[in-house]
Amino acid sequence: MSDHAEHSGPGHIVSPMILVGTLVALLVLTFITVAVTWVNLGEFNLWIAMIIATIKAALVVLFFMHLYWDKPIIGIVFVTSLLLVALFIGLSMTDVDQVAPQRIPDYAPAVQQTTGS
Amino acid sequence: MSDHSDHPSYLGHHYDTVEQQFDSGKLGMWLFLATEILLFAGLFCAYAIYRKNHPEVFIYAHQFLDKQLGGINTLVLITSSFTMAMAVRMAQLGKKQATAGLLALTLLGGVGFLGIKAVEYEHKWKHGLLWGTKYRDQDAEHAAPGEHGGEHGTDGEAAPGEHSLRLGLPGVEVAHAAEDAGHGAAGSEAAADGEAGAGGADHAASGDAAAAGAETHAADGTMTEAAATGAEGIGDESLEPAPIIGGEAMPRSGLAHGASQPQGMAAPAEAGEGHGTDHKPSNVHIFFGIYFLMTGLHGLHVIAGMGAISWVLVRTLRGDFSAEYSTPVDLVGLYWHLVDLVWIYLFPLLYLIH
Repeated sequence: MSDHAEHSGPGHIVSPMILVGTLVALLVLTFITVAVTWVNLGEFNLWIAMIIATIKAALVVLFFMHLYWDKPIIGIVFVTSLLLVALFIGLSMTDVDQVAPQRIPDYAPAVQQTTGS
Repeated sequence: MSDHSDHPSYLGHHYDTVEQQFDSGKLGMWLFLATEILLFAGLFCAYAIYRKNHPEVFIYAHQFLDKQLGGINTLVLITSSFTMAMAVRMAQLGKKQATAGLLALTLLGGVGFLGIKAVEYEHKWKHGLLWGTKYRDQDAEHAAPGEHGGEHGTDGEAAPGEHSLRLGLPGVEVAHAAEDAGHGAAGSEAAADGEAGAGGADHAASGDAAAAGAETHAADGTMTEAAATGAEGIGDESLEPAPIIGGEAMPRSGLAHGASQPQGMAAPAEAGEGHGTDHKPSNVHIFFGIYFLMTGLHGLHVIAGMGAISWVLVRTLRGDFSAEYSTPVDLVGLYWHLVDLVWIYLFPLLYLIH
């Protein structure tokens, strides 16, 4: 979806309303992510913070970075990098309690608890 | 194949059309950004593993970060991302003056971000909130004069009151009071005083203060090791309900640790830097190692982005760009947005730990 009607160069020109809207949404979400820390929701705090951050990241990528109007190959490159990150961190997290829990005294108290030392 | 003579000056001779050149440049930039994401993923992975294994370290250490400055920096960076996106738009429309102005504003945002970051770094440097062996034990400055008598005198310039005020640390002030109480008396009386003082204090701080009292007590050396262990245990129990430190995982694991592994209590004696006492977690310096690596690498990207923006700003003023050709502004914009993107995750992960 590239419209060349309003200009002669390549690439989509984003309307200022969309950019301002994105900015406002990002500022509001930043406030929300800070406000959430005023409430103790246990481990959900982390998940809420990550969900909000991901929404913000999506807004930046789609509108500030024009991904919404770009060719599919750009989206494929970007999403592939995210999948690799997920693979990398996800697999690392599966054996996280094997990270030398017993080798250094007092190194990983939280882990010692789960392994029932 | 088009004849080279009909190529505009901004079109590389190996491209057929402007459109093709634009698509290639954009794809190349995005491939680079993908590698950047993977570069940061390494640090995010280190963060994830360490936080999973040591939630208590993150809950304890993040209190030393300034949420307000971090939040302001988030706003600065988001706003500069917006001015960058507007600059790209103006460049595409061929509006030279507006493009230059918006690029300058974006650059200003980068300067502001680094300035605030510098304030934060300086503060951490002053208080020894650093990586590895450069990390200075925080409570040792206030709560354990017996244990750290020698080095304590050197910290004269960091007045405890000022310290707790600036860091907003719960319990430091009360711990200080408990320390004074423990200082005058000796033996078990000191511990009793410490705990009494803590009990009357603010609910949020009582756990910390009691632990500090116990530690002062244990460090006096007038008691057997077993008794000292007991005192630490008391500290643990009273630490549990402290709501601001609020770590579900941290106090519980600390308690289990104290109960099931008394030999671990030898750690304070072994660890010369005073790590290993239970009311504050061990290895806090690793949080600051992660903090400085992540924000430092991000900061380097801010600097690189500012360099790139300066370059397209100069080229804009020189008149290199037009409505037909402004691809470099677009691609530099993409890089700047990625810097923003990384910070969007860094801010909650480092500053807003709960």
